[in-house]
Amino acid sequence: MSLDKTLLSMDELLKLPREKHFITGAQAMSEAVKRSSTDMAIAYPITPQSEVMHLVGDIFAQGHIKEYYRAEEELGTMSAIAGAARGGVRMFTATSGPGLLRGLEAIVSWPGHRIPCVLGVLTRVINAPLSIQPDNLEMAYLMHSGIVMLHAENQQDTFDFTLAAFAITEKVDVYIPVSVSTEGFFVTHAKGYVEMMDEKYAFEECDPYKAPVPAMDNEVPPARIQRDAPVQKSNFMSYLIHSVWQQEIWDSNQRAMKYMYQYIDGPIEVQNPGSDVMLVASGCAAAQAREAHRYAQEEGLSVGFVKVKCIRPWPTDEIREALKTAKTVIVPEHNIVGWLCKEIKGCIPNGGIVLEGPRVYGGMTLPVELIMTEIYNALGMDSLVLQA
Amino acid sequence: MSLRYMVPASKFKRYLPKDYVELVDYGPFGKDYSEVGVKNMGTFKELVEEHPMCSGCWMAYYIKIIFAALPNPENTVTIGTAGCGRLAISQAAVPFIYGNYGDQNAMASGITRAFRLRFPDIQKDVITIAGDGGMMDIGFSMTMHAWFRRERFTTIMLDNEVYGNTGGQESGMSIEGAVLKMSPKGKNFGKMPAMQLAITAGCVYVVKMSPTNINKAAKAIRRAIFAARKLGPTFIHVYTSCNIEYSIPTPDVFRDAKEMEKGRFAFEEFMTPEAKELFAVVESKKKREVS
Repeated sequence: MSLDKTLLSMDELLKLPREKHFITGAQAMSEAVKRSSTDMAIAYPITPQSEVMHLVGDIFAQGHIKEYYRAEEELGTMSAIAGAARGGVRMFTATSGPGLLRGLEAIVSWPGHRIPCVLGVLTRVINAPLSIQPDNLEMAYLMHSGIVMLHAENQQDTFDFTLAAFAITEKVDVYIPVSVSTEGFFVTHAKGYVEMMDEKYAFEECDPYKAPVPAMDNEVPPARIQRDAPVQKSNFMSYLIHSVWQQEIWDSNQRAMKYMYQYIDGPIEVQNPGSDVMLVASGCAAAQAREAHRYAQEEGLSVGFVKVKCIRPWPTDEIREALKTAKTVIVPEHNIVGWLCKEIKGCIPNGGIVLEGPRVYGGMTLPVELIMTEIYNALGMDSLVLQA
Repeated sequence: MSLRYMVPASKFKRYLPKDYVELVDYGPFGKDYSEVGVKNMGTFKELVEEHPMCSGCWMAYYIKIIFAALPNPENTVTIGTAGCGRLAISQAAVPFIYGNYGDQNAMASGITRAFRLRFPDIQKDVITIAGDGGMMDIGFSMTMHAWFRRERFTTIMLDNEVYGNTGGQESGMSIEGAVLKMSPKGKNFGKMPAMQLAITAGCVYVVKMSPTNINKAAKAIRRAIFAARKLGPTFIHVYTSCNIEYSIPTPDVFRDAKEMEKGRFAFEEFMTPEAKELFAVVESKKKREVS
């Protein structure tokens, strides 16, 4: 770092006193990168992400990160990330919807290649007709990649999760990429209060010599001068190597769970457990569900709230515990397929209590009334009368 | 220094695979190029020995030349993609990254920049080696943009004018009229002008050749690596026939390469004035260049 910074462990960094700022989600993400001792960032424009990588470009120009360039397109970006990370440096990039899908061939190979890096996903519609608006369907495509996935509700989460992601991705027992998603525009272009530590403090620098997988830098023993690469052949050994390798990737993903407790206060947040109706949501939908939960409390209804911060590793035990006495589960989402709903249904023994929706997509907002209607229906109340 | 990391502790040596120990003792690592190199192939432990390429494969022969020509094998990383070439490249005793389809030059952009950040005083050579499909079709955008960005590494295209590894399909580098899989009535457009594209995109040293002369082939490889260290992207477009898909009998592989040398793979060399100046300095030195 050319700037004089005090480098700290993530635990020490998170304990520092903070000051409240009123900033956009894009700013919150770049402010986290500023405090992450990132070596190199690679940018490629796509709305609504572009704002993030503009700001990261600015902090590069200010000397907070050492290298930055605009790549040719997202596959080029994600491939270059994989190259640079193998060279032993700390990497960051961000993308949105169609860009994520364009880079997906490289991204899904990152965990297997043991590429530690942080990927910002500022969600956007991926399907036709075209829209630049937030819709988080692209996250469904990441869920089976092996990558660790965090989903931020607001600007503060975006800052906190991004910073934590830098620590989690390089943990010896994890060492796979971490994505931090949040909704485009709703969070990236809107301001919210974010409490941040002073920028003179930063996360300690990347040490490739601590990595469980040596960098391809001809410096770390054992030398890679043994021949043969059985993985590249079609025989039983190659199948076996692939299978144990991928089991290890998913185990690494699971091992990231303890760091959710260490750095982001657990994979889920629960309010009023034991209520008849439980609202479960992630990202921006959690902000709306939180509001619906507040209305419900004012009305004295038996409604609880679960925010899922961590989509991968999936918090099965925590969700089961939070929903064990629920009679109905409502999952508001910003996509048409209901990927969160499917996950929840699949992880509790009585999946039939999970309602389909409410869902909005194509970039629409998620009105609290929509969630309230589902609550009233679930409780057998006449929603029209009550809302009036 | 990278060389040290390869040398095992004396007591540990006898537990290591024989191949490893022989590479350390008799390989080209840390040796003067005059002791090893292409002229002395057969007298030292080579970086590529056994490989699973087809009998008579001209590409396998050229890959052996690449590795024998390296100026700095202990500090070299190669990057490749799907295709026949990687089956031999991955057998070399040099770190090899097998990326995704056609992404070799994007990956090389990342890793060369990372090396310059971490090792400002050590020269780490990065070479991408891929086929005509990987370089000019699926990887076209990443190949070209790495050159436009003036990324400092060497690109080698092993052009066999066909997708060999996937079973003989037409590529952008196949000649017009070639009847191949996916061009059942013959290819209806010509070979892509790879050399001109490289020059236009800003490569500082570009060679097109059919490597029938080992020394000439090695000289081009070394020049490309030296120029990439200091000046900018370099490109070697080399004919490495597919004797299977083009039905060239093994005894005729060399004759075919000689014919190509008289035809569309006639030797052409482009260099910028800066590259010319650099080669004059480097090649006047008797000693092996290790910067």
